[in-house]
Amino acid sequence: MTNPLARSEAEDFLFKEAALLDAWRLEEWANLFTADGEYLIPATDAPDGAPGTSLYLVYDDRHRLGERAKRLLKKTAHAEQPRSRTRHMSSNVMVAEAEGAVMPVFCNFVVFRSRMEKTDIYPGHAEYRLVRGSDGLLIRSKKAILDIDVLRPQGKVSIIL
Amino acid sequence: MTTLEHRCGSLAELIIDDRQAARFKVNRHVFAEEDILALERERIFSRCWLYLGHVSEVPAAGSFVARRVGGRPLILTRDRDGALNALYNTCPHRGALVCRERAGNRRAFQCGYHAWAFDETGRFLGMPGREALPPNAGDGGQFDLVRVERMEEFRGFVFVCFDRNAQPLVDYLAGAAEYLAYVADQGENGMEIVEGTQDYSIAANWKLLQENSVDGYHGQPTHVTYFDYLRSRDGTTTNFGGSGPMGWVKNLGNGHAVSESIGLLPWGRPYARWAPGWGEEAKPEVEELNRRIMARLGPERGNVVANGDRNLIIFPNLVVNDIMATTVRTFYPVRPDYMEVSAWSLAPVGESIPSRDRRMRNFVEFLGPAGFASPDDVEMLELCQRGYANRAAAPWNDISRGMLSNAPKKTDELQMRTFWRRWRQLVSGDSSLELAGP
Repeated sequence: MTNPLARSEAEDFLFKEAALLDAWRLEEWANLFTADGEYLIPATDAPDGAPGTSLYLVYDDRHRLGERAKRLLKKTAHAEQPRSRTRHMSSNVMVAEAEGAVMPVFCNFVVFRSRMEKTDIYPGHAEYRLVRGSDGLLIRSKKAILDIDVLRPQGKVSIIL
Repeated sequence: MTTLEHRCGSLAELIIDDRQAARFKVNRHVFAEEDILALERERIFSRCWLYLGHVSEVPAAGSFVARRVGGRPLILTRDRDGALNALYNTCPHRGALVCRERAGNRRAFQCGYHAWAFDETGRFLGMPGREALPPNAGDGGQFDLVRVERMEEFRGFVFVCFDRNAQPLVDYLAGAAEYLAYVADQGENGMEIVEGTQDYSIAANWKLLQENSVDGYHGQPTHVTYFDYLRSRDGTTTNFGGSGPMGWVKNLGNGHAVSESIGLLPWGRPYARWAPGWGEEAKPEVEELNRRIMARLGPERGNVVANGDRNLIIFPNLVVNDIMATTVRTFYPVRPDYMEVSAWSLAPVGESIPSRDRRMRNFVEFLGPAGFASPDDVEMLELCQRGYANRAAAPWNDISRGMLSNAPKKTDELQMRTFWRRWRQLVSGDSSLELAGP
């Protein structure tokens, strides 16, 4: 059985997402999500916990992730004013067997963030659930799991991973 | 005279508390000097009651959590008799941590270095080659894990104190005990810490976070984007920092303070005040929870517990914010300009799946290192810390708001003055300094 999503197509999509984030085209990033899309980051000490029963760092429904994008673009989003310079790297991409219309994609990531004379590194792996929209791939859910023990020295995740 | 007193005058003079002139100033040295941190370790963190954990984190015989408290690695265990034990996490032999996991269930802790073993009460169980030591070598508990000098619980909150002669916890908590009880009263069957810890850091002095946690004055300017978010979701137009009723603040004694209001703020409370963003479908359950709390606690107390919002600071370093969710947050200075923070979500035992889900969504909409608000707080604290490099030329923080008021509001600064007056008393060692005041 052929998978409906080739790895190269998934990679192109992830690279496009990374480029939007690094260019601070955040509202376009939010538009990569379906109307019921979710963006999630679990706590560093409970990476396998479920979002409704475990304390997450990010538990965004579609409205909130859109507002997250809008917020970060405002001058009054103090944690990102001036903005961080970021570089999102995605690798080790694997496309799993489709579950109906939903195509799971797994990858490793590293995000570099630099601001106010300090550079932070966010290593992790991500689980995407992609679907096909009329205009290309869309994200039903993105879960970014940080592979760090505690959020130190990074301190915060005020950027989008 | 310490070097610091030599440089900046007496320790008590680091704070100006001029009640006639309604003028309260804190010298910025207290945020930046190593000598001050050394004094704080000796006179505050070695003498005050410090939060260790919640009873729900050690539910069964053998349950344990291991964490640093006041810079010291400790283990909290529940033993086979159901009692709690607070132990220093260090082997009596050479000092290695005997527990490397953050939490779990065990009947024994074995040091990885030479395999000495201890039970969950810290009692020595055995070592390889015991015969090489005299038979009486372990007498008097010399081979046991050392127990923390004091450990007491109040309504599920477990505290330790490294001073054997400290006053009982409930006396230490003073008026803050009542406010912990409001939180504990939410759950018909008690409260529990939810899985998942927010362990983060702030490149700022620890005292700035205690101030920030009860500072209503910063709400509107620092968090304008959070209120934009609520407006976009709920259509609420509450002006958090505006001229409307803004609740009140209280000195709870011993450096503890609360900032409080009943039913005024624009967000929802899972237990139990409905907000439009949760949708009409959530309304019946939230209203039912509210009714049940009223029935169980009576209308007066029920109203405070269910409809009130409270930002509580317990001296020196515990914050219990019972707002759009309930967070338990503690922090410790590694350096004068750097603190480690741990925060948890506290929730009623047996909460329904939809209600717990609303709580977890609500918590992170504002709070935590990726919320819509806490990162901006962190930014402000870090900017303050950077500014203190100019302390020789610009030495004073102003904390005078509301000193002329008989009814201080959340946007005033009595709550911070309450902290600072206790801080000054302990650090200077002058117990004649007044804790009460405007």
